[in-house]
Amino acid sequence: MKRNLSILAIPLVIILLLTSCSSGPSTPTISPTSTSSSSPTATSSLSGTIVVKGSDTMVNLAGVWAETYQSKNPGVQITVSGGGSGIGIAALIDGTTDVCDNSRPWTQEEVDKAKIKGVNPVETKVALDGVAVVVNPQNPINELTLEQLAAIFVGNIVNWKELGGADAQIVVLSRDSNSGTHVFFKEHVLQAKDKKAEYGKQVQFLPTSQSIADEVARNPNAIGYYGMGYLSLEQKDVAIKKDSSSPAVKPSAQTVKDGTYPIARPLFCTTNGQPSGVIAEYLNWILGPEGQRIVGELEFVTIP
Amino acid sequence: MRRASGTENQKKREGRLAGKTVVENSFFGIHPLLASPKKFSKENLIRWIITATGWITVIILTLIMLLLFTEGLPIFSTTNPFSFIFTTDWYPVSDPPVFGILSFIVGSLMVTLTALVIAVPIGVAASAFLAEIATPTLREIIKPIIELLAGLPSIVLGFIGFLLLAPVVQNAFHLSTGLNGLTAGIMLAFICLPTIVSISEDSLSAVPKEYKEAAYALGATKWQTIRRVLIPAARSGIMASVMLGVGRAIGETMVVLMVAGGRLALPNFITDPLSAMTGRIAIEINNAVFGGLQYQALFAMGIVLFLMTLAVNIIADLVLEKQRRRYA
Repeated sequence: MKRNLSILAIPLVIILLLTSCSSGPSTPTISPTSTSSSSPTATSSLSGTIVVKGSDTMVNLAGVWAETYQSKNPGVQITVSGGGSGIGIAALIDGTTDVCDNSRPWTQEEVDKAKIKGVNPVETKVALDGVAVVVNPQNPINELTLEQLAAIFVGNIVNWKELGGADAQIVVLSRDSNSGTHVFFKEHVLQAKDKKAEYGKQVQFLPTSQSIADEVARNPNAIGYYGMGYLSLEQKDVAIKKDSSSPAVKPSAQTVKDGTYPIARPLFCTTNGQPSGVIAEYLNWILGPEGQRIVGELEFVTIP
Repeated sequence: MRRASGTENQKKREGRLAGKTVVENSFFGIHPLLASPKKFSKENLIRWIITATGWITVIILTLIMLLLFTEGLPIFSTTNPFSFIFTTDWYPVSDPPVFGILSFIVGSLMVTLTALVIAVPIGVAASAFLAEIATPTLREIIKPIIELLAGLPSIVLGFIGFLLLAPVVQNAFHLSTGLNGLTAGIMLAFICLPTIVSISEDSLSAVPKEYKEAAYALGATKWQTIRRVLIPAARSGIMASVMLGVGRAIGETMVVLMVAGGRLALPNFITDPLSAMTGRIAIEINNAVFGGLQYQALFAMGIVLFLMTLAVNIIADLVLEKQRRRYA
């Protein structure tokens, strides 16, 4: 009989754990007095929880924002997770996140989907990002036109020697379709001339920006792209020319902000309706000097 | 069934007369308890709970299948099943979307086959070593270690493949990238090896010792005995272990996602970067709009995968059953 009871107890324990997890953080118990003593200057009487989900490009940025904000406002709990803009958008539509980080604008289809579920997405521009095109440091190629770039990713140029490099097959690396960068790159580079262009069949889709960075760092034939935040000395960023007559521009805060770097985009935090309460405070802080200082520190570009 | 019912009833009656409930002959198992509520004892309660848990498993499995089919089949109203399975264009987020999964079916089969080519000889040799050559103490040490390998999280193997094996494969075969089907196949071999070793060893040990004694009595060496007597006698068990290994390898997701290279084109060689069905589903299901075409297509791909693993498991079951009957 004891055995039976223990069997019955298992699902009970699981249910208890699940409910305690979900209800735990939503009832913050920090009293205003204790928080104000720890950091008297901050707006520390705030409390509540914020769930942030979305773009992989933004996940590091969102993480540092959340940590810094929480250390100033101990009553606020912020959970950040990535996965891709598409995942964040799907989560906001399903109501499983408060803030959706998206590195591409919502599509009309997604907005319609949200409206049906009674969700009204309101985008707040929080930072800018340049999508860097990277090759291995051993690669002699230093600059590419947008047209050449599109030809590489569509599959019309397959060997580096066609661009003046070594006689080697180009290993083309792309983010997978759950990434906002994937969609942004397709729409702004591949489809700049031909609206029906798609990633070529030789393109390798890797699950994360980091795996692209790692493969480019060790493979002399590889080319890939990701947000500027992932750049390091192990990869060489390629200067991009809008067309063959315009100057080659490297991605940097300056060139993204003044609009000379051709593959740049805004980054958004999307909320259901106008942000209010603790979420509005958080987004205001992000747009303020401290939030924007973090944007610069992580090699994204502050909003002008 | 009709013919048997007379004797069944008789048996039941006898059972009741003898003061016990015959459960094994009733279809639902619960029935005799309901028929005799007065015998609601502790014994019956336990029996009822166990029967119920058994049926819950069956029901849950049926519901999962039902979900898979109701979510996946609608895709065939917009994409014809033939082009879904036999074409290679996969543009799920384009307008209009195109769904052809042949590349992924071939990708899954290629990495699984590679894994088998590597894992079967090693696995069978290792199991022969464990069953016949290793001393009992050594076997008691090695077998649990091999089985522990089965518990290694696949993401760990994925990391090892991505960081250590991929550069080695790239240099050894002078490839443009180390993230390809071969690297994935080698990592999958590690995943199905424990299954193959463990079950093959069991079936080799289950061969009646008279076979072995007869072989030795005829002057056969240890190698001749293993090769010509033991392995042929245990072949259906070894076959079953291979089939279960196949099931394990074809369903593996994380490793192929990380090291297979993620190219969507139909792979020509095993050294090409490729995608497997599991990896595609895992990466795309997260941002597929619930109930949309991409979502349906991914579920339909799940159906194909399910039917493939089901076929493999049924074959394994039949083969194992054959083995069991032979030495019953």
